[in-house]
Amino acid sequence: MKHVVKILSLLVAVSAFWIVLLQAAIVPQSHTWLLPIYFVVSLGCYGLLMVGIGIMQFPTCPQEAVLLNHDIAEAKDFFLSTNGIDIGTY
Amino acid sequence: MAEEKERKGDGKHKYSIIVPTYNERLNIALIVYLIFKHLRDVDFEIIVVDDGSPDGTQEIVKQLQHLYGEDRILLRARAKKLGLGTAYIHGLKHATGDFVVIMDADLSHHPKYLPSFIKKQLETNASIVTGTRYVKGGGVHGWNLMRKLTSRGANVLAQTLLWPGVSDLTGSFRLYKKSVLEDVISSCVSKGYVFQMEMIVRATRKGYHIEEVPITFVDRVFGTSKLGGSEIVEYLKGLGYLLLTT
Repeated sequence: MKHVVKILSLLVAVSAFWIVLLQAAIVPQSHTWLLPIYFVVSLGCYGLLMVGIGIMQFPTCPQEAVLLNHDIAEAKDFFLSTNGIDIGTY
Repeated sequence: MAEEKERKGDGKHKYSIIVPTYNERLNIALIVYLIFKHLRDVDFEIIVVDDGSPDGTQEIVKQLQHLYGEDRILLRARAKKLGLGTAYIHGLKHATGDFVVIMDADLSHHPKYLPSFIKKQLETNASIVTGTRYVKGGGVHGWNLMRKLTSRGANVLAQTLLWPGVSDLTGSFRLYKKSVLEDVISSCVSKGYVFQMEMIVRATRKGYHIEEVPITFVDRVFGTSKLGGSEIVEYLKGLGYLLLTT
């Protein structure tokens, strides 16, 4: 089954539930009508929260740049002095 | 002077490392040196797919071939810049290993992680092992806040819409079983980094076993960046396409 079909089925199921809620009037209809808006807003807030958390927890590795410079020096040395290949300057 | 290296260790598997290049004269020699350094007891070949670089990349590769042997470094060039996806397909045609590694030549992907990719695959018998920058043990250096924001935002959006099964969708440091790569790549049509996303999403949809290993990504220390333009639009279009067709 294509992924988009899965998502659409989920939306259809949720919509069906919403319509049932409207008809059954367990919750006052004025509230029920606003449910989709609450849902979309919550989804947006959840998304923003995930992005915020992700940025705060973003793994960084400044030491890797230092290690990389060591590797480059090592490689340059290998090519130039051991084998006479000049791979250029940086 | 050709250096003969005695290859011992696990002789059952051979790893074909495809490295697409365009104007990577400065970096390709470093990459080759580091691959040889970190894969001492592994049977591998490096396939350099160069798209007619005007900066002399191919000349450097030929010198490297002279040093390491033409059976270890394959230069399979193309006449002009034809794009990443076709570069992989081109490299794949010349691969003689049973596993294929794809990686960038600009030093953002460090060959020191290659052993961990290989180990993970042997432990789990995964069809694909993909590097992820976004988990503990991985990481990025050289990104400012804006870059991190777009990366995170793109990731959250993609996770919500696509349920891709991996934490790093746009990463291109991956190890594939050769047959799996051939199968997945034949059904992908996107270009650029959306192509990387399409590959991993299609692989997930086809039910392939995918594992992740943390990698560190040092951004573009040397050489000029090939990314530019309206990336965000491209990305959203790519997401939409993947949402509807996978």
